[in-house]
Amino acid sequence: MKRRVAPLIPFLVLALVIALAPVPVMAEPTTRHITVTASQFAYNPPVLRVNRGDRIIITLQAADVMHGFYLDGYGINEQVEPGQTRRIEFVADRTGKFRYRCSVSCGPLHPFMIGELVVEPNLTFARAVGLMGLAVAGTFVYLRKNPAAALK
Amino acid sequence: MQNRFELTQYRWVKTMLQWRGFQPTLLLITLFFFVFAMLTGFFGTPAGSHNFAIIFVWIVWWALLIIVMVPFFARLWCTVCPIPAPGEWLQRRAVIRRKPGKLHTLRRRWPRKLRNIWLQNFGFLAMAMFSTIILTRPAVSAWVLLAMILAAVGLSVVYENRIFCRYVCPVGGFIGLYSLTSTLELRVKDAQVCKDHTTKDCVTGNENGYGCPWLVFPGKLERNTCCGLCTACLTTCTQDNIGINLRPFGADLLVEKGRSLDEAFKALIMLACALLYSAVLLGPWGWVKDWANMDTLPHWAVYAVSFIAINLLALPGIFWLTAAATRKLAGLKNVSVKKVFVDVAYSLVPMGLIGWIAFSFSFVFVNGSYALSVLSDPFGWGWNLFGTRNFPWTPFLPDVVAGLQILLLLAGLIYSIVIVYRIIRQRAATDALAWRGALPVAGFLTAVTFTFLRLYLAG
Ligand code: SF4
Ligand SMILES: [Cu+2]
Repeated sequence: MKRRVAPLIPFLVLALVIALAPVPVMAEPTTRHITVTASQFAYNPPVLRVNRGDRIIITLQAADVMHGFYLDGYGINEQVEPGQTRRIEFVADRTGKFRYRCSVSCGPLHPFMIGELVVEPNLTFARAVGLMGLAVAGTFVYLRKNPAAALK
Repeated sequence: MQNRFELTQYRWVKTMLQWRGFQPTLLLITLFFFVFAMLTGFFGTPAGSHNFAIIFVWIVWWALLIIVMVPFFARLWCTVCPIPAPGEWLQRRAVIRRKPGKLHTLRRRWPRKLRNIWLQNFGFLAMAMFSTIILTRPAVSAWVLLAMILAAVGLSVVYENRIFCRYVCPVGGFIGLYSLTSTLELRVKDAQVCKDHTTKDCVTGNENGYGCPWLVFPGKLERNTCCGLCTACLTTCTQDNIGINLRPFGADLLVEKGRSLDEAFKALIMLACALLYSAVLLGPWGWVKDWANMDTLPHWAVYAVSFIAINLLALPGIFWLTAAATRKLAGLKNVSVKKVFVDVAYSLVPMGLIGWIAFSFSFVFVNGSYALSVLSDPFGWGWNLFGTRNFPWTPFLPDVVAGLQILLLLAGLIYSIVIVYRIIRQRAATDALAWRGALPVAGFLTAVTFTFLRLYLAG
């Protein structure tokens, strides 16, 4: 057993590094004013790209019927009627991709009315891809060293 | 067999499963919900998120099916599925009792050319092209359910047994294929006993029960695809030779017998659809949703044609090249590319299943809370049966989903690579050749995983 697992140890160590290593903030935080228009069944702009630490001020509008704006991971949930605007303010302190979704039943495709806030550096994705490469390499090293073990 | 744990060794399990009323009782319960879903679909509110039909079929049932039943319990859904029940009862002229005599049908023979899952492949694709509409319109969902049950009854009038389930049901095809991975199986305890048993009651039926409605001879059963777990053979077998076992995940993926092109395509279609749905339904691109939603007919036509082309040409084409490369690297000169293609496609079964589970996590957790409000107000008419009607929409564990998806996808990738290595090793001359042969398929699997990760985690 020990001998079988031994070749994987460097991979496991590297996996921990990839999964947990802290990454410093690169970009200087700024304040961003963004107008987001909700309409059946999409947001414009569909994707918001910001940097960690940025202060985000969203002006939310509805183009046709009442829509909502629920932001995963940030606990924000606002609603807006056509003709109104709603101001949403927060600091993008969590990195990764967070979907914003409509939270007011607005028609058939309402559950799929989704936009994306990407807070760079997108470490979750980068780490996942790193782990994926490691997983593939590790699997092949393991199969090479234990060609028969995999057959049981 | 290795690593099996027989559940039917317990008296009470066996007695329960041998009780003729076991399946019919479950069927009556699911049939009730099925009819109820049709009624809410037809007569309830057109707002999908407030209609029992949409929430219970496409969120609750779907989640149970793909996250719980298929990976762990094989075709358990088919044990309790109400769709073929009325037809089956009609041809038996009985619900629980074993009526003596033949089944009442027109006694036609199902065409030989259709004894595979191609019809199911095309049926699934046909539904998939309309899925954005089906998934979001209660009435359309209800029509689909009605059409399924009518088709099942119609086929039961013409043909004996569960022709609908084996060859037609668009869901049945992938339930069967993905059941290759399940941790549950029904098998004979000793194949020799079956060989020596001349009357083969499990096939012909006897006074205790009907012959296998799934047209399976348990004595030759080596993989889960066609076993509907109806437990008929447990009742009819006079030799006490049938067992239901727990087993390791993925056990049937290495069974060579039964591998076929129709199943290989099913594996590819399911994988392509998991990717496409993740992009279309969960992506930020409103225009794709509009096209899928038939905002205009030409838009939808373009969408549908591309959808089909990706499913039947693009992905299979790339995979064909992958298989050709595997054939070269693994030194399989005397095996045709087609054979290699079919073989290695079975590594897409665990990958696809995991992809579907990951996809389902992103909307089941988010929208699961609708189930509570819909339970109290199934038609959207303002009822409040259990006092939960006003339960607000609350995404459940939104922070955990991404992590779960990463873990699942990476585990699925590693597992699928090991499986493809073992599949190739069945033909390759040496370990080293099999190892090299696994490289191209691993590349394909990695690209698929990367695409999933990108869709779920990157902007
Ligand atoms: S094959 Fe289809 S109709 Fe038959 S039991 Fe399974 S899901 Fe139901
Ligand atoms: Cu909306």
